[in-house]
Amino acid sequence: MKSVQKSARTVDEAIEAAIQELGVSREEVEVTVLEEGNKGFFGLLGGKLASVLVTVKEPEIAEADAQVEQTEKVAKAKQFLEGVLERLEVDAEVHETAQEDGTILLEITGENLGLLIGRRGQTLDALQYLTSVVTNKGGADWMRIVLDAAGYRKRREQTLRQLALRMADRAKKQQKRVYLEPMSALERRIVHMALAEDTGIETHSEGEDPNRRIVISPKQR
Amino acid sequence: MQELVEYLAKALVDNPDAVEVRTMEGDKSVIFELRTDPSDMGKVIGRNGKIARAMRTVVKSAGVKTGKLVHIEILD
Repeated sequence: MKSVQKSARTVDEAIEAAIQELGVSREEVEVTVLEEGNKGFFGLLGGKLASVLVTVKEPEIAEADAQVEQTEKVAKAKQFLEGVLERLEVDAEVHETAQEDGTILLEITGENLGLLIGRRGQTLDALQYLTSVVTNKGGADWMRIVLDAAGYRKRREQTLRQLALRMADRAKKQQKRVYLEPMSALERRIVHMALAEDTGIETHSEGEDPNRRIVISPKQR
Repeated sequence: MQELVEYLAKALVDNPDAVEVRTMEGDKSVIFELRTDPSDMGKVIGRNGKIARAMRTVVKSAGVKTGKLVHIEILD
């Protein structure tokens, strides 16, 4: 196993120097802190260097560690969400699936989930954001979490795709820019993607959240 | 609802024992006063108040049933 010992002003700097020398990423190594180091008095007196021993993990171990971390995070996300549902007095179940791109989809099913979705999905978005923050607290990698309730996101995605295609048509026919209603970042992404391959138009966003909106403009021929 | 505010705040902070919520209920509105360890304030506020806003949105949805306006105030 390859390993290297490094000293620097802070632990982070020492780790950084070590992984640079080893030519690997932070996830592929195991770090043992030998000396915490301190800055001393205004960085002048009695400063002690931080020292670390950095060892490259065996590939299988690195993979297994990542797997364990992923499983733990998913459990944490699910547990947090179930706690919220319980306190909202919503009788629902949470079902998790990993998407191909590594995103974790948490699907909520049950009766009367309108309250949980809110106007234009804003409650669902807020809950999704809180779940992401709580789940990724203190972790190294940011796990992308998407929440859905009663199939709302799937339905909304279809609606948005159809809207995008219709508005792109209008922009081309009238040779005019078409402004869509304000949407969240996630929704704008769906529209951009839906029109990415249409060579007759261009899409971009204008304004600041929460009033940021997509503009579809025809390309000059 | 107070339990929900406490639950959310405790999940977000590093020091859950220091989370305190007081409820003041009026005829038309409910106000929750949220206190955390000073070092955890940022964790319940977030960049540009994004976390605080998300908390308000979720707690408001719980308030819909009661028909009252919901406010969360973060105090230091």
